Amino acid sequence: MEIADKLLSMVYALVAFAVVLGLILFLASRYERRGGRSIAWWFIAPTLLLLAVALVYPALRTIWYSFFDASGASFVGLDNYGTVFTQSDQLVVLRNTVLWTLVTPFVATAVGMLYAILVDGAKGEGVAKALVFLPMAISLVGASIIWKFMYDFRDPAAGTEKNPVEQIGLLNQVILWLGGDAKNFLLDSPGNTFWLILVMIWIQAGFAMTILSASIKAIPSEMVEAARLDGVHGFKMFRFITLPSIRPSVVVVLTTIAIACLKVFDIVRTMTGGQFNTSVVANEFYTQTFSAANQGLGAALAVVLFILVVPIIVYNVRQLRASEGR
Amino acid sequence: MTRMMSRPRTRGAVLVAGGLSAVLALGACSSDDDGDGGSADGGSTDCADFESYGDLSGKTVTVYAGIVAPEDQPYMDSYKPFEDCTGATIDYTADKNFEQQILVQAQAGNAPDIAIVPQPGLLQQLVATGAAVEPPAEVGANVDEFWGEDWKAYGTVDGTFYAAPSGASVKSLVWYSPTQFADNGWEVPTTLDELQTLTDDIVAKGDNKPWCAGISSGEATGWPITDWMEDMMLRVGDPDVYDQWVAHDIPFNSEVPTEALDAVGNYLKNPDYVNGGIGDVSSIATTTFQDGGLPILDGACSLHRMASFYASNFPEGTDVSEDGEVFAFYLPGKTADDHPVLGAGEFNLAFADRPEVQAFQTYLSTDLWANNKASASSEATGGGWISANKGLDPANLVNPIDKLSVDLLQDPNTVFRFDGSDQMPAAVGSNAFWKQATAWITGQSTKDTLDKIEASWP
Repeated sequence: MEIADKLLSMVYALVAFAVVLGLILFLASRYERRGGRSIAWWFIAPTLLLLAVALVYPALRTIWYSFFDASGASFVGLDNYGTVFTQSDQLVVLRNTVLWTLVTPFVATAVGMLYAILVDGAKGEGVAKALVFLPMAISLVGASIIWKFMYDFRDPAAGTEKNPVEQIGLLNQVILWLGGDAKNFLLDSPGNTFWLILVMIWIQAGFAMTILSASIKAIPSEMVEAARLDGVHGFKMFRFITLPSIRPSVVVVLTTIAIACLKVFDIVRTMTGGQFNTSVVANEFYTQTFSAANQGLGAALAVVLFILVVPIIVYNVRQLRASEGR
Repeated sequence: MTRMMSRPRTRGAVLVAGGLSAVLALGACSSDDDGDGGSADGGSTDCADFESYGDLSGKTVTVYAGIVAPEDQPYMDSYKPFEDCTGATIDYTADKNFEQQILVQAQAGNAPDIAIVPQPGLLQQLVATGAAVEPPAEVGANVDEFWGEDWKAYGTVDGTFYAAPSGASVKSLVWYSPTQFADNGWEVPTTLDELQTLTDDIVAKGDNKPWCAGISSGEATGWPITDWMEDMMLRVGDPDVYDQWVAHDIPFNSEVPTEALDAVGNYLKNPDYVNGGIGDVSSIATTTFQDGGLPILDGACSLHRMASFYASNFPEGTDVSEDGEVFAFYLPGKTADDHPVLGAGEFNLAFADRPEVQAFQTYLSTDLWANNKASASSEATGGGWISANKGLDPANLVNPIDKLSVDLLQDPNTVFRFDGSDQMPAAVGSNAFWKQATAWITGQSTKDTLDKIEASWP
């Protein structure tokens, strides 16, 4: 019965889609006879409408709410932004977001690039690449749960002769085997943020590797040969031939990962819930809006996040245009 | 060329769209008629108790809750007699994000007929939206008869009674291993001083650290400490001071709360006492609350303060009973005569006053429903559900922990108090209190902790 219901609603959705599409095509065909550019507007109209309803309006609403108090009742001016940039807890949130956005893109890209260059043309390249790419296939929440087990901590000192403590976390067990002391990875700030960032690097390095490997392969072999004949090898080859050739891809990879890090939410929420000074803007926004019922502060955090993302997107688009313009 | 082609194609699309919309209209007609024919066969249920509700055939009541599978099945089972006898249909939906969603729904004007609300604080927020409606007089009369004044007060907002209690849980429990206690000749303590002596005895024995705890719970990390502190507020202070503290009539950082948190620290922040089988004091912060009490099974820990629902966290096949592998005792009061009990529960709040909704709401407030629900839970999930309803017959419970909890709730000496953080404003109860409690266990002083929570009170 439930499945039948669901199939029925799927049919409704498809029908509604067909009706709208049919209507647009019909209207467009009416206008087409008169010619001119007006027909283009009929095709853009649905997109514009959806953007206006689902993006522009909520964005403006959010900005509006960010000037109001917790319940959205009275106007407080810039107070919420004052809180974001002065309160000690919120400053930690901003610090963490900066750490995420600075560390992750560069390390993940560097790891991915190094790997792509090392395995390029080597025997078993496909398998080697698949191994690094696999984490991309795991959801962020799944990856976080896996790493939570990796970091798990049991203090050996808590055991007695009768009840010795056994480790569950792989990393701590390895440390113990090597003769070190078990470490509570997720507890001590600010080090714990780096252990969370490592999860993101683990995932994104595969993405960087795939894109960069493709563009390394696209470098014209004549260029490489010419450089060789001129006596260029090793690091110089990388510095003067490889890197300039794949620069547009590197920028895309860096900015894509940077945006993903600004918006990072799943990893923090799953692994620490934002506790132990690991919260980031996106997580704090959710907590303030939905758990602490502080709509104003939540909206202000969302606006801050938006403002932080915009320059990266602008840079990304300009780079894209520049490379297309060539 | 392309121009020539495009026209017929356009027309084709319009035709297809037209044809499909005809199907849509037909579909809309046919989906209407399966509502009625409902099951009027009473079956084995005795319908005499339901006669006063009248014939509600063809009527539907929607229920929305945060209780998802497998605990949702007993709810639906317990509605069955009502559906069979009155002909009404009860449509139960649940969602883990209930607490956020129900507010959005109430504000947007599409609330369910009845919501099962787990916190008095949320109940107040929902009533403040103006969407909630008062129950019929019978519900109030039933609550007077089957619960007490304390429970009725938690379903009351600004002097108006809105919601009858549903399920309940008892939080003032300490989990222990009856076998370990018997082997060592330890006795279940009946006063706070005895609990202290017992703790020291376990340290002296030297086989394991006495207490274990875990407070990690995603965003809600820290809540088990808020429960600890509330329990100590009831013992270091008294229920009246507790009420003042919850209502913010006394500051969060005043004398009694400071004493109470220090009393918690006496156990949880003492490196000799914690964290049995897991680590040092700070390991409490990173251990999930689900794992916090498991070392009891290995004998690596002897005491774990946690609510009645913790019973389901032990691995399947664990003997949870008075002389089994693990059981719980009542966290004692200051003296053996003091009997404060900290707990929590749900409330049935209505957003519509149609006759069928009122009839169903009345059924939910009866001892009949409480017993039906308890039997359904015993059958479907092996227990794990109780109510503070005095008409609840312990014979319908199969789980020893449920029996212990009901005994505590129905004990005439018991002074019941509802979980305080659930009643505080969200900025404190579901944010600052948790966060600062976590900071406290990882090293922050009691004074700083309470000062920061006080400062966050809106």
